[in-house]
Amino acid sequence: MAPEEEPAEAVSAETPGDDETEPERHAGALVTRSRGQEVLHATRETYLETVEALKEEGFVMCVDVTATDYLERPVRELPAEIAPERFELVVNLVSMEPARRVRLRVQVPEADPTAASLFDLYPGSEAPEREVFDLMGIRFEGHPDLTRILMPEDWEGHPLRKDYAMGRIPVQFKAAPATR
Amino acid sequence: MTTTPADSAVGARSVLAAETSEGTQELARRGATDPRELLREEGAVLRLPEGVAVDPGDIVFESPEDETMIINLGPQHPSTHGVLRLMLELDGETVLRTKPIVGYLHTGMEKTAEDLMYVQGGTNVTRMDYLSPFYNECVFSMAVEQLLEIEVPERAQWIRMLMLELNRISSHVLFLATNGLDMGATSAMIYGWRERELVLAFFERVTGLRMNHNYIRPGGVAADLPDDWRDDVLDICEVFPGRLDEFDTLFTNQQIWRQRSEGVGVISREQALALSITGPVLRSTGVAWDLRADMPYLHYDEVEFDVITGSVGDVFDRYAIRINEIRESIRIVHQILDRMPPGDYRIQDAKVTPPPRSRIDESMEALIHHFKLFTEGFKVPAGEVYVAIESPRGELGCYLVSDGGSKPYRMHIRGPSFSNLQALPLMMRGGLIADAVAIISSIDPVLGDVDR
Amino acid sequence: MGLESLNHNFLTGTLEDFVKWARYRSTWPATFGLACCAIEMMGTGAANFDLSRFGMEVFRASPRQADLMIVAGRVSQKMAPVLRQVYDQMMEPKWVISMGVCASSGGMFNNYAVVQGVDQIVPVDVYAPGCPPGPETLIHAIVTLHEKIRDGEITRRRETTGAGAGIDLGDTGRAEKRLALGGRRR
Repeated sequence: MAPEEEPAEAVSAETPGDDETEPERHAGALVTRSRGQEVLHATRETYLETVEALKEEGFVMCVDVTATDYLERPVRELPAEIAPERFELVVNLVSMEPARRVRLRVQVPEADPTAASLFDLYPGSEAPEREVFDLMGIRFEGHPDLTRILMPEDWEGHPLRKDYAMGRIPVQFKAAPATR
Repeated sequence: MTTTPADSAVGARSVLAAETSEGTQELARRGATDPRELLREEGAVLRLPEGVAVDPGDIVFESPEDETMIINLGPQHPSTHGVLRLMLELDGETVLRTKPIVGYLHTGMEKTAEDLMYVQGGTNVTRMDYLSPFYNECVFSMAVEQLLEIEVPERAQWIRMLMLELNRISSHVLFLATNGLDMGATSAMIYGWRERELVLAFFERVTGLRMNHNYIRPGGVAADLPDDWRDDVLDICEVFPGRLDEFDTLFTNQQIWRQRSEGVGVISREQALALSITGPVLRSTGVAWDLRADMPYLHYDEVEFDVITGSVGDVFDRYAIRINEIRESIRIVHQILDRMPPGDYRIQDAKVTPPPRSRIDESMEALIHHFKLFTEGFKVPAGEVYVAIESPRGELGCYLVSDGGSKPYRMHIRGPSFSNLQALPLMMRGGLIADAVAIISSIDPVLGDVDR
Repeated sequence: MGLESLNHNFLTGTLEDFVKWARYRSTWPATFGLACCAIEMMGTGAANFDLSRFGMEVFRASPRQADLMIVAGRVSQKMAPVLRQVYDQMMEPKWVISMGVCASSGGMFNNYAVVQGVDQIVPVDVYAPGCPPGPETLIHAIVTLHEKIRDGEITRRRETTGAGAGIDLGDTGRAEKRLALGGRRR
């Protein structure tokens, strides 16, 4: 059984059935396992097709769309075919019969932070995508109303990015100041 | 207030100017006022001549048939369940389109979580859905435990289940209270809080706090139950059924309640699934999806309970589901009372759990562990995981990314109310404003969950 | 205590004392529950702890009818102008209790999203610590406020400090509104 702990270098992830040359795929996306959970890796180009295929398969609900800024972790565990980018879009889907979950990770480059919107497939992704746009700055093509949802409309900057400061005010503490 | 009238109406011919303490107030001559303005308020100044009643039939003006009004409900409003702002497009009193505007409680908790150690993470997360704080702590702790790949002891899991179910009871009771208040029944508020105080008193005995406990931590729970917890829990379980019957008498069979809630805010099964609705709102459409039953966690597969579903998907269904979920929770609590095993309340792994305070005086190792755990925190191996549980509002999920350090690299909480609010426009369409209030209340959003 | 209370009782007190008595015996709060503290505020108003004995069980939805604003919960950047607008709509005399550590100082959320203390926006009379402050703490804060009203310190202070910290919230894009109530901002 492939080990779960990954080394620091971005070597190809150990996937089940690792002896064959063909890595495992599900709906066109590469499969890895993370703590026993199924994770699919798609490229931005194949993202929408993969989600469509998963929806056909029975994943009726898109539970969550979120994103991570890997500015401080450019080197991380990913399949060899996937090039790491600064942003990673994470989509969680759930199927009810049978009850199972799948997670989809898509790399989004910093130079062109856009991705397709899942609104036509899953209207419930409207609010999470707006949140991702608001806090991370990833734009979604095809989204009906891509405006800020949590911050005021005229806010500048995307707070959850790693290069956005915490915004704390200095307080009188004897302890060491926070690292960020 | 100084307002500048529409240029078309006055132009440069305004000759009347009144000096007020606020500045110059220009008044348009009567003849110069556009007829349309006579029947509209512009800049909140109504330019009707005094003492004259205007008969709309006398005035020739074109009014487009489809003129609708956009009003703002909230964010400061007694019935928006927190700081939810709604922009309602109204045709008379009928609601056409709605836009929920959130963000008035955004606290940057996900960013804060990147700065707090894992043992402190509970304090941050617990304040998101502040009506069911144990759930937030539990989902965060479960995500951390899955990354750490540790097993929580049996007793800790059963204690967690006990606190979670009691929290479900207190949260649903608060729903009954606020739902009643929103529909005009002030007595619901008083009765509901009386019930809630019983449960909060037990929480205070166990965790030390009435709310926002930081009791469920990675590795188990912070402290063991007090010795006579069974008596307290039995008291709660004995009192509640009678009180719930009171609620039934007051509301379920009452004509006003039924007319205000039946057929109001209907959502269909397909719409709910498409909009990522979970929890009692989804179950009210008939979908029997409850993570406790379908994707069991802790020991929910070993206790018996029913998943309550509705049939119509209206406000009444959601009320009925929640009041019956309280009864199911009491049933679960009875089973936990019987089955609570003895044992550790926290994993005895010295790398995760701080040693008992008394040991610090005796053992150097204990002192070092204590020091390390509270200044640096325990390190969690790199990886990412998504864990979800069934909170009183729906699927509460935690997506946790660790980089191998002692603080999360990224923590995202999937708040159930955030997605459930997307159902509002559909539910409100075609209803009246009074129904709008009932509908918001029936979704039972907690804005801390929505805005984080 | 004894003789002083004789001087200021209902029959023989001065008119000013009567007015202060009326004020602190029925300070109607405006609903400004934001987050977790709002739940404890509702709990204080409910039957177990009962604000009705102070004459405060009527939480007025309209700020025009309210005397007291209990800022219960964390104030986010988006909410700050709303808070100020509601405060400005209240009629003098008005008081503010900052309930909880988030309202008093930003609490545990020292970050970009939370206003670090609601006294950046409105003048606060009593700060109630706690996260959330239990009903007993809130009642203690309310009783402290009542004592302050009785001592008249509030009305004296209002004249010197005006309203708020003089924060200019900037152009909100709407037509300029000059609000004459609640002190002058310009």
